[in-house]
Order: sequence, then C-alpha cells, then structure tokens
Amino acid sequence: MKGVITVIGKDKVGIIAKVTSALAENNINILDISQTILQDYFTMIMIVDLKDRKDFFKDIKDNLEKVGRSIGVSIKIQHEDVFDSMHKIS
Amino acid sequence: MSKFKNIMETIQMIEKEKLDIRTITMGISLLDCCHTDGKQSRIKIYDKITRYAENLVKVGEELEAEYGVPIINKRISVTPISLVAQTSNDKNYVEFAKTLDEAAKAVGVNFIGGFSALVQKGYSRGDRILIDSIPEALSVTERVCSSVNIGDTRSGINMDAVAHMGKIIKKTAYLTRDQNSIGCAKLVVFANAVEDNPFMAGAFHGAGEGECVINVGVSGPGVVKAALEKVKGAPFDVVADTIKKTAFKITRMGELVGKEAANRLNVPFGILDLSLAPTPAIGDSVARILEEMGIESCGGHGTTAALALLNDAVKKGGIMASSHVGGLSGAFIPVSEDEGMIKAVKSGSLNIEKLEAMTCVCSVGLDMIAIPGDTPDETISAMIADEAAIGVINHKTTAVRIIPVYGKGLGDEVVFGGLLGSAPIMAVSKFSSVDFINRGGRVPAPVHSFKN
Repeated sequence: MKGVITVIGKDKVGIIAKVTSALAENNINILDISQTILQDYFTMIMIVDLKDRKDFFKDIKDNLEKVGRSIGVSIKIQHEDVFDSMHKIS
Repeated sequence: MSKFKNIMETIQMIEKEKLDIRTITMGISLLDCCHTDGKQSRIKIYDKITRYAENLVKVGEELEAEYGVPIINKRISVTPISLVAQTSNDKNYVEFAKTLDEAAKAVGVNFIGGFSALVQKGYSRGDRILIDSIPEALSVTERVCSSVNIGDTRSGINMDAVAHMGKIIKKTAYLTRDQNSIGCAKLVVFANAVEDNPFMAGAFHGAGEGECVINVGVSGPGVVKAALEKVKGAPFDVVADTIKKTAFKITRMGELVGKEAANRLNVPFGILDLSLAPTPAIGDSVARILEEMGIESCGGHGTTAALALLNDAVKKGGIMASSHVGGLSGAFIPVSEDEGMIKAVKSGSLNIEKLEAMTCVCSVGLDMIAIPGDTPDETISAMIADEAAIGVINHKTTAVRIIPVYGKGLGDEVVFGGLLGSAPIMAVSKFSSVDFINRGGRVPAPVHSFKN
C-alpha cells in the first residue's frame, strides 16, 4: 500500500528536513516528492511506500501530526486509493 | 503534475467543501428472531445485532483515519419490527424498541432504524400494534428511528393508515413535548419506501435484502456548490455536466470506503446512496446550490426546475461511477437541517406549498418541517396524503417527516440541536380536511399504461 502525505503551512526553514527524518525514523521509503509555494503557503506532497507498515498506520499518522504541530504546519497521511478512485476511471 | 492537482482537489473537497461519508449503515435481517415469547425474541434480536455490529464503529474509525475522509455516522437498520414481533403474543411493542435502543448503545451507533411497518395495502395484526406503539417507543428511547410505508405505486394509498399516522404524529409530538417534540424527527411516513436506504430516520432492512449488508451514504452539497461557482453564468448544459462530474468523483470515493468497510466487516457490500444531504453548517447546504444556479432565494420561481436538474445530474454521475447505486440517491431538502433553507423560510421566500412542489422532483419529501403544535390530526394526514399521491403517481419515493411542535405557533422557532438543526414554525392551511380524511379506505393504484 502507498500513502500520500501532504504538508501545508507557512513556509519556514527546516520543514522538509523534519518531515523526511520522521519518515526515516519510521523506516518509510519516499517514492516521490513534489513541492511548491501556493499563495505564500508551503505545500508539499509525498508518495510513500507503506508496504510493511500498514498495521502501524495509526501510529505513523499520530507521529506525523505531532511533528506537524511542533513546526506549525499541517501534515496528513492518507491511503493512496482515495485519490486514485476519485480521479481515475479503471 | 496532474496527480498533484488531483490530490489537492480531493483535500480541498474534504477540508473546505465538507465532503464526507455521511453514514455507514449496516443492514441486519432479524427474520430469524421471531419467537412466540416476546422476551425470547428480544434476546435473539439483541444478540444478533451486537454480534454483527460489534466492529462497525471501530472499522468506521479505522477507515476515517486511513483515507482521511470524515465518516459522520455509523448506524444500523433492521428488518421492519412489525414482521418480527408479530409472532409473539405481545400487545405492545415498546419493549422491542427498548431492546433496539440498548443494542445500539452497546455497539456505539447513534441511530438504529427499523421500528417500522409496511401497510401500503393493509394492516396485519402486528402492524397495528407496532404503529400504536410508535409514540411511546420514540419517547422512551433515544436512538430508535421509525418509519411506516402507507402507499406504493402498485397498491395505491392506504387512507386508513394515512388517517392513523396523523394521530400518531400528534401523539408523538405530545409525548416528547419537553424536547420540542423531537420524537417526530425520528418518524417518517413513506410512499414507495426503498428497502436499502442507509439514511435515517427512514432506514430499514427490507425483507428482500440479504442476511447482513453494508450500505453507504455519501454527501457533498458543498462540493457541488463550489464546482458551480466556477461556471458562473454558463448555460445549463455546462451546469448539468459540472454536477455530473462532481457526483462521479464523490460516488467513487464512497464506493471505495463502502467496499473496504464491507470487506473488513466480512459482509457483502450493498449499495451506495449518493445523496446531497445538507447539514446546518455553513457551506453544506442544498438550498445554496439552487441559489448558485441563479435564484435569489431558495423558493423563488425556478427553484423546482433547478432542483430537478440537480437531482437528475447527481443520479447520472453516480450511476456511471458505481454499479450499485441505490437507496434514494438525490438531493434531500430537509428544512431544519439546511442553513440556506432555514434562511429562505425566515425571509418568506419558501413556504410549504413550494416545498411540496419541490418534492415532485427531489429525493424524498416534506422533511424536517416544524408546524404549529395545534395543527389538527387530519390536516397532517392530508399533508401525508398529498405527498403519497405525488410519490404513487410519479413512481418515486416520497415521505413526510413533519413536526407539530407542542405549544409553539407561527413566529416561534425551535432548536433541535446537532445535525437536526433548527426550524422556524411554518404555516399550514387553515382550511379543514376532516371530511376528506375520515372517509378511510384505499386510493386505488394508478393506471400505468396511460401516462401523460
């Protein structure tokens, strides 16, 4: 299973570093990153591999939310299927 | 880059436009819980519900976390209790309602539907006992919802039941008078009721349904409104197409969650009901969609046409997106639960006559409308008859969920709280329908071959 992580908040130094190191600590591999500034807001989307981490989804989610709170941004992780099902006909 | 855009769009829909899974409803058949001893029957009912629905809330919460989509309600619908209880020798079915209430509390669902009877053609012994038990049942329980089907296109309208329900609604209003007659908010009178509707208060698990099934109701009036804001001034072809595409996306998300829920609970997936069900929150209103199409205030001329287009486009988008679209799938127009509707009533642009016209083309009917507490039984029955006639003649579901608020009159407002919202008391006709309702009998089924 793949997860989609979105990070949105006021831009500042060290957001990417914090998020990626939290993922590394949880042994989560990043497959793709896309990052932009939308109307002053730092917006980053990552596709991550949750292959063996499925059972820990809740822990990972809580952990990322905590990291987000500590640096003042919103971090979400969602199952990739929710995006695919809405936007792909297959 | 397009994936990036899609992800942002989905998140925007959920966060800003209030897209949600309104309900995951587990339908459970209780047909095997009949027993000549009512107490034994109730033990079987309690055991069966708590066994099947044990993990319902847990799975709902898991999916909510994983997909990041709010799942507002987890609910249960059961076989109409009149079918189950009438094997027993009980003279009153209030105890059955209490059992349902306890089971609902035990598994943590907020509503359980199915304290119901189907009397479109006639009453069996148990149907009469059940209907007579409704007022007390709804006043002594917290989570039980009740519905009665009094007509359908193949049978016509059971006018004895229509007369009966006017009295039952008034009695329910009286017995729950200390809570603004809220009992009536949990009671729906249907024509052409559907067996797989996951939305309360009208949900029940029809006799033609399987043993246990997961039905899902998705809702996103805010998303549709936001999509229409982007096509301001465009012709109706564009409006319809925009709604269709939006409905498609919403349905796909609902189907994903529904199938996964069914999978994890190890029961079959039933249907997806794609309905635009409003809430009293700003940005979650069906009335505002109609106004976005160019009507100054909901209820103005053109409202019925706008609603017809909306309802049809929602169905078209949904049908393409899932093979198992069912339930009611359309737009709901409950007054108290829709911020835009409440405002329209207060401003005088929306009245019961217009609402009745709107029900010809919408998903259900006269829904969550507060009326003066001293409205005669027969007037309420006559309103039910009007709605039933619209449903029966037009082969659609219609319903009445009307609340004669005890002790209140025109100019007052009632607050029900939560998703049930608040409602200004609306005026009903002052002219009598007593002689009409007192005739009783049955309005014959309409002819099918001579439609015009």
